[in-house]
Amino acid sequence: MNLWLILSVNSVTLGGLLFLLSAGFSLIFGLMRIPNLTHGSMFMLGAYFGVSCIAWGFGFWTAALLAGVGVALFGAVIERFLLRRLVGAELAQVLVTLGLSFMVADVCLMQWGGDPISVETPSALRGSTAVFRLAFPTYRLAIIVIATAIAAALWVLLDRTRLGAMIRAAVDDPAMARVVGIRVSHLFTIVFALGAGLAGFAGVIGGPILSVYPGLDQDMLPLALVVVILGGTGSLLGSLVGSFVVGFLYNFGQAVFPELAYVVLFLPMLIVLVVRPQGLFGRVAL
Amino acid sequence: MKRLALAVALLLLATLPYWVGNSYYINVATQMLIYAVLALGLNVLVGYAGLVTLGHAALFGVAAYAGATLINAGHGHIVVAIGALLATLVVTAMFAVLALRGTGLGFVMITVALGQIVWGIAYRWISLTNGDNGISITVRPRPFGLPLDSADAFFWATLVVFLIAVAAMAIFVASPFGAAVRGTRDQPRRMTALGYNVWLTRFLAFLFSGFWSGVAGLLYLYYNQFVSPQTVALSASAEALLMVIAGGTATLLGPIAGAVLVIIMKDVASAYIERWNFVLGAIFVVIVIFMPEGLVPGSVRLWRWAVGLARHQARPVADERA
Repeated sequence: MNLWLILSVNSVTLGGLLFLLSAGFSLIFGLMRIPNLTHGSMFMLGAYFGVSCIAWGFGFWTAALLAGVGVALFGAVIERFLLRRLVGAELAQVLVTLGLSFMVADVCLMQWGGDPISVETPSALRGSTAVFRLAFPTYRLAIIVIATAIAAALWVLLDRTRLGAMIRAAVDDPAMARVVGIRVSHLFTIVFALGAGLAGFAGVIGGPILSVYPGLDQDMLPLALVVVILGGTGSLLGSLVGSFVVGFLYNFGQAVFPELAYVVLFLPMLIVLVVRPQGLFGRVAL
Repeated sequence: MKRLALAVALLLLATLPYWVGNSYYINVATQMLIYAVLALGLNVLVGYAGLVTLGHAALFGVAAYAGATLINAGHGHIVVAIGALLATLVVTAMFAVLALRGTGLGFVMITVALGQIVWGIAYRWISLTNGDNGISITVRPRPFGLPLDSADAFFWATLVVFLIAVAAMAIFVASPFGAAVRGTRDQPRRMTALGYNVWLTRFLAFLFSGFWSGVAGLLYLYYNQFVSPQTVALSASAEALLMVIAGGTATLLGPIAGAVLVIIMKDVASAYIERWNFVLGAIFVVIVIFMPEGLVPGSVRLWRWAVGLARHQARPVADERA
């Protein structure tokens, strides 16, 4: 298989993982106006939880679900007991999430050590699958399928359910949403937990590709930031498009300009900021 | 009274190497002064302009990297200083143009992203920055022929730069420009109505802030004779921000007190526990939740509250006896 095709598959895979990470980030920012700087930590924490669950004898997918639920609970606790105290003081909330991200990183280092931990690909998905007479790594295809399914589920949740309508109402006009009887603070907890859980789940299923190591949080957070600045906040479609753009830039940038991969990654973000500060699909400026 | 206190403080600072003696503590004091210059510069943006940035370590680092590269290319100290500060100003201008596209939270997010780009360059562009290994310089420069190799001499040189920075801040705060910057923080629309160019005012404040961060970065390079990607990491930006917030924003002495506090905590923490990052994060959370106005005013308020509570509890007992 030629190099460009491999790169493309890897890009789409990374895009799928980034979507799982940034959809939550974007929703949290859109609803609560918090750039949640613990989001990278949620990804890493999920990955480490998954590693431990697998070590305790759970299967890969059970471990991924358990880690997602665990991180979602952790997120709910943070929202309910720390961020809730600071309602209205958005800046203070950002700083608290920053402080928490350092604490989580250090606790992970203490608990799981400084060496990278590799996660085994589930045995059913090892090897490759032929699509159009080309062989693709099965696991990467599986990630793409999962990300697509979750994207569809999120779209149904936001666009077709009562909860989704309430969330959309609260994003557009929180004060008015409260007046018509929506408990916006409950939505905050739900959305924050959902976003955290998705990030944690992504951490586990990204494990076989990225492995788990200290600093994974700091690697993923800027990617989520770029996706959201690029795609626009509070927009699911923006996260989806932004994720795949960043996935491609990251992989191709590293292959073509290895020393400048980071610059290549951030350039489109800078252009979008200058030309269209609200992002490609966002409705309001940052 | 105030002048007397200032004179005593200056005298104590200037004679510090004589009454401290131990070169380890003199070096700690030097570090405090270097970080105080950085915190003073950052305070222009965070405190006076009301623009919270999490990418300031990048500006500090650019000066250090540019300085190291120029020194290793064999340039003299004047070329190094001017070149490093110019490089910092250019990068600061780029940061400002991009970050000022957003205000409030957007500004924070963009500065995080920009800071990470600089970190990525420092870490990955190995032919320029030597990657994870960083760049070392073999000698401290000798400005105007003065040797700076001993701890005492370097302390005095840093003290001079620090005092110039404090004076510059005092002039800035009292100047019409300083008032305009505070105006853009509190009432940007009214400032526009009054005919001020809010964007330009913020841009210039950013440059002023970046300049002093660059000065601090250069001092950092001379002091450590080494610079690595760790210098420009997000945690370094967070540390600088903690200094400003801990001491109290938009005050002249706050950032200095904050820098002293953070360096002491870091020094003490690293002597007894390995978990500086955990402590840093915890301090952040505690300060933001319990003392949003800063450590010094916050402690005073908590102390008064505690004393008030104690009196309140003592009184009913006294009433029963009466």
